[in-house]
Amino acid sequence: MVCQECGVRPATLHFTKIVNGEKTEFHICESCAREKGELIPGTSGGFSIHSLLSGLLDLEGAGKGKTAAASTAQGVRCEECGMTYGQFSKLGRFGCSSCYKYFDKGLDPLFKRVHGSTAHVGKVPKRAGAKIQFRRQIDELKGQLQQAIEQEEFEKAAEFRDQIRKLEKEIAQE
Amino acid sequence: MSNLRFTEQALSEWMRSGGSHSEIVISSRVRIARNIQHHPFPLLATQNQAEEVMNVLAPVIDQGKETGFGTFHLLKLDDLEELDKKVLVEKHLISPNLVNDSRGGAVLLNEDESVSIMINEEDHLRIQCLFPGFQVREAWERATAIDDIFEASIDYAFDDRRGYLTSCPTNVGTGLRASVMVHLPALVMTQQINRILSAVNQVGLTVRGIYGEGSEAAGNIFQISNQITLGQTEAEIIDNLHSVAIQIIEHERNARQRLLTDSALRITDRIMRSYGILSYAAVMDLKEASQRLSDVRLGLDLGILKAPSISVLNELNVKTQPGFLQNLFGEKLSSTECDMYRAKLLRETLGTTH
Ligand SMILES: [Zn+2]
Ligand SMILES: [Zn+2]
Repeated sequence: MVCQECGVRPATLHFTKIVNGEKTEFHICESCAREKGELIPGTSGGFSIHSLLSGLLDLEGAGKGKTAAASTAQGVRCEECGMTYGQFSKLGRFGCSSCYKYFDKGLDPLFKRVHGSTAHVGKVPKRAGAKIQFRRQIDELKGQLQQAIEQEEFEKAAEFRDQIRKLEKEIAQE
Repeated sequence: MSNLRFTEQALSEWMRSGGSHSEIVISSRVRIARNIQHHPFPLLATQNQAEEVMNVLAPVIDQGKETGFGTFHLLKLDDLEELDKKVLVEKHLISPNLVNDSRGGAVLLNEDESVSIMINEEDHLRIQCLFPGFQVREAWERATAIDDIFEASIDYAFDDRRGYLTSCPTNVGTGLRASVMVHLPALVMTQQINRILSAVNQVGLTVRGIYGEGSEAAGNIFQISNQITLGQTEAEIIDNLHSVAIQIIEHERNARQRLLTDSALRITDRIMRSYGILSYAAVMDLKEASQRLSDVRLGLDLGILKAPSISVLNELNVKTQPGFLQNLFGEKLSSTECDMYRAKLLRETLGTTH
């Protein structure tokens, strides 16, 4: 496919823009994209990855035809830094760490798309980490408990349940 | 001309020793992004808030004191000359972003320039470790050790479920970006590069040219880095990059050998010509310089050339950048003058080695 802007170079960027529920498809080459200041993943042409993200985020609300719920979601505000979800979806960046809490509902689909995953499994700060380690163990045990129940291995299930109780007690004492 | 020690020399101390696979892997880099709890991210921070962040972070690493990773120096962006900033970017010690968009921006650099800790870039803290050759695991080990130093006294913005909270959703979780800079002339020449790059994209990695995020791959040098930061452990991310890089290195090796067996005369001619032109030209733009230096680097690896050393080439890759030329020959160079001084520099460096 040839770039729709210059008609010369092959189009390497394909994306859909939704403005007021109107869908427009773009097929352009990198240099035209850069000239137009359009979004190119991983470039520093002013917008870059953030515009791409904002495209994705906009899609979440606008894709459903700008329902009342979607416009309400745009107005959700982070009480710590004052950023709204609408602003976040335009900038593609959070204003502060509390934004993660206030915008939480909209984040799973975004993270799923960007990372293929929604939950952190890596390094944990040591000082804040003990509780988190416990909680991860508990989650794991809960999974095993569920499995044991499904397979009607009730003795095992009882063991898992006791281990979970013990860990929960330890967390409470911290 | 500048007197800043970090911008006087083109080659950081860390670049002098090769590391493994240094004929293909130029350097390995790890960056981790961190933020302090209850402070707005740099995007929204006022000048005062940004300075507060600097005052909290900078003292964690005692300046002028040995840390086990060398002695660190604090450079505040506001105190630097424009040209120094440009050169620090060309040496990959700071990001263009820290120069352009930052309030209260600063960097802590250790003596051999293998560690640079940026303050108030897109995130409050970005710890970057650079190693020569293929040492991405070593770079991660150093970065995480420095992270531990900060973590001992800083309350990071961290969430049970989302991990380290970053300004951009693409960094959340581990905050880890690991990359290797690789020289892949044979894959480019044999036109296998696109196939390989798209395969790399499919396994959660991304490839770009070296200078600036959007730039073309100057001199056949590419940067391969992880795209995913959430849902994988740091070890998985590093291992994935490591094993993909190994495969690319092998492909490049094979392509080089094939070039040598199938078209030895043509490739030898190309390399010798490039060496000749670098040694004698009077005008040379950056693009040509990068390409010819790439040929010479290949020539060294194939045994077609005996000189110069890899470290001289690494040095020339940095020195031929505009900021560095201005630093050497005068701040107000027109682009024609730049091309002339670039040629002069190349002549004087390479013309004497044969
Ligand atoms: Zn075009
Ligand atoms: Zn916020």
